[in-house]
Amino acid sequence: MATVQPHRVRAGRGTELGLLVLALAIGIGGYVLVGIGTQDSVPSDVLGYGLGLAGLAFGLHLALRWRAPYADPVILPIAVALNGVGLAMIYRLDYAYRAKGRVGGFAEKQLVWTALSMALAAAVIILLRDHRTLRRYTYTAMVLGLALVALPLVPGLGVSINGARIWIRFGSVGLQPAELAKIVLAVFFAGYLVTHRDTLALAGPRLAGLQLPRARDLGPILIVWGASLAVLVLERDLGTSLLFFGLFVAMLYLATERLSWVVIGLLLFLAGAWFVASTFAHVGARFDAWLHAFDPAVFDKAVGGSGQLVRGLFGLASGGLFGTGWGQGRPDLVPYAESDFIVASIGEELGLTGLFALLMCYLILAQRGLRTAIGVRDGFGKLLAGGLAFVVAFQTFVVVGGVTRLIPLTGLTTPFLAYGGSSLLANWIIVALLLRISDEARRPAPAIRATTPGIGTPVVVGSGPSDSQPTERIEGVS
Amino acid sequence: MSEVTVTLLRLGYLALLWVLVLSAIAVLRRDLYGTRIVDRRRANRAQRSAAPAPAAPAPAANGTPPAAPPQRVSRSARSGSGPTKLVVTEGPLRGTIVPLGPAAVLVGRAPGCTLVLDDDYSSSRHARVFQQDGQWFVEDLGSTNGTFVADQRVEGPTPVPTGTPVRVGRSVLELQR
Repeated sequence: MATVQPHRVRAGRGTELGLLVLALAIGIGGYVLVGIGTQDSVPSDVLGYGLGLAGLAFGLHLALRWRAPYADPVILPIAVALNGVGLAMIYRLDYAYRAKGRVGGFAEKQLVWTALSMALAAAVIILLRDHRTLRRYTYTAMVLGLALVALPLVPGLGVSINGARIWIRFGSVGLQPAELAKIVLAVFFAGYLVTHRDTLALAGPRLAGLQLPRARDLGPILIVWGASLAVLVLERDLGTSLLFFGLFVAMLYLATERLSWVVIGLLLFLAGAWFVASTFAHVGARFDAWLHAFDPAVFDKAVGGSGQLVRGLFGLASGGLFGTGWGQGRPDLVPYAESDFIVASIGEELGLTGLFALLMCYLILAQRGLRTAIGVRDGFGKLLAGGLAFVVAFQTFVVVGGVTRLIPLTGLTTPFLAYGGSSLLANWIIVALLLRISDEARRPAPAIRATTPGIGTPVVVGSGPSDSQPTERIEGVS
Repeated sequence: MSEVTVTLLRLGYLALLWVLVLSAIAVLRRDLYGTRIVDRRRANRAQRSAAPAPAAPAPAANGTPPAAPPQRVSRSARSGSGPTKLVVTEGPLRGTIVPLGPAAVLVGRAPGCTLVLDDDYSSSRHARVFQQDGQWFVEDLGSTNGTFVADQRVEGPTPVPTGTPVRVGRSVLELQR
């Protein structure tokens, strides 16, 4: 068993400020370049836009200085940069839509959602003093999560758009409750697994080198599998069900370190996917569009064809290595270029170089989350941080993989980039939670922990994987 | 606006994106290279030669067995010539270190012991390691499987020189400087 000990911890708030300035330069620079690329002039409202974005980012920075001084210095700037690039792209697409006489107005709405989300993230950081508070609400979180997932099925509240019933509507505001459900479910999984991981990991027979779980311990994973399949069937949403199931399997693996859970999860997923693909036409069509994308018959199909996917690929191809530049490409030719296919739009205008930079940003974000999970001392925090980091990484993989035709296309949003209020809201809450946990993880231990306990004090060590206090403590080495 | 400016702005923006990515990675680098990964087993071996003797902790207030009244740590133990810690070198708890002080160390499976062994072959109150006149002794407390000092079963209190293996159940303990 090995432990990781940092030499010394720097709070990193100064580093964060520097990176934040860079991130804002990227966001505002993108906005300016869109103006230059489309209208040949710097947008007139760039000052107000820039000040607004900077105000929000620095507000969050100050909230961190106040309430989470040891939080990770990289997470916030990365999130701000991704959000800024997304806003610039949506503004650019708005311009293209208006030029074609279509209804725009996405950028304004997205800006409002950004402000709301960042304010909410600040509120989470200020109000949630200790992430372990969330563990008290483990089963509340389960009920809430399942309720959120089921909300679009409520008649009168849920609306069906393009065949998928994943939205709810209050007046003019539409929300995807599943986006918020993933956070709540991550809280539930973390709370549940931190209590039950010993039985899940240790009890049960061994078969061919795999530690198999007992039949009764399989219950929860089967229930979640059933729930995610139900989402798939009733709401016709491939992406969300994939996300939930992936999240649960990943967190099981984090909690138990048993490869058997991953194998079981993958087998269950393959069985479910095969069953659904052969039974439901819309899922089968997705597979068809993926496998035979360039077949003219599939391309020309009005519904469920590969037209959108292939146009996105053409956009990526015309972007090439360095892109066409902001406002110089034609990303608006792809349907839903501002939400599902924003990756293709960005790939067209910023090229492979720019797209890779953004993917690196996601990689860094996920890495920070996992590093936080390693560093934090309590089991619940480890699982929650690991699960949230996995969700961001997995969602990005599913979207980018779908757009680049690596895997079948599913209807998930790209975190921070894509147009969509609920997605932004959920991802900023995830960032706030990661910042809160990383503050706990990087904060130096109080001096009292470093002293050697007097002899005669019982020292209980090595009581299995549930031991959240590392044994090194008794050596008196900090 | 001229073609050159547009191209420069376009490439400049991409460069800016990568500047952010690379400076973020530069910040993370400290995480990769600025940390020490400690393998417990190896760390203990390394410490054997290097570790300076920790200051003797204050005498423990709670119940020590009556046979060993709290004594002052002898000069030799404090100055570094005597053993300063009890190390588990084999068994389920391998790598665990208990710093030695004036009080006796009770070894066994009972939660009240100083060193709680997670070992099916040890008794609940298995053995006692204590100090008398600057010399460390081990005494079997009527355990089922016995206590062995250098493969000799312990009958009464037996002196334990530094570095001699003491077998308790499946675990092997050792006094170290």
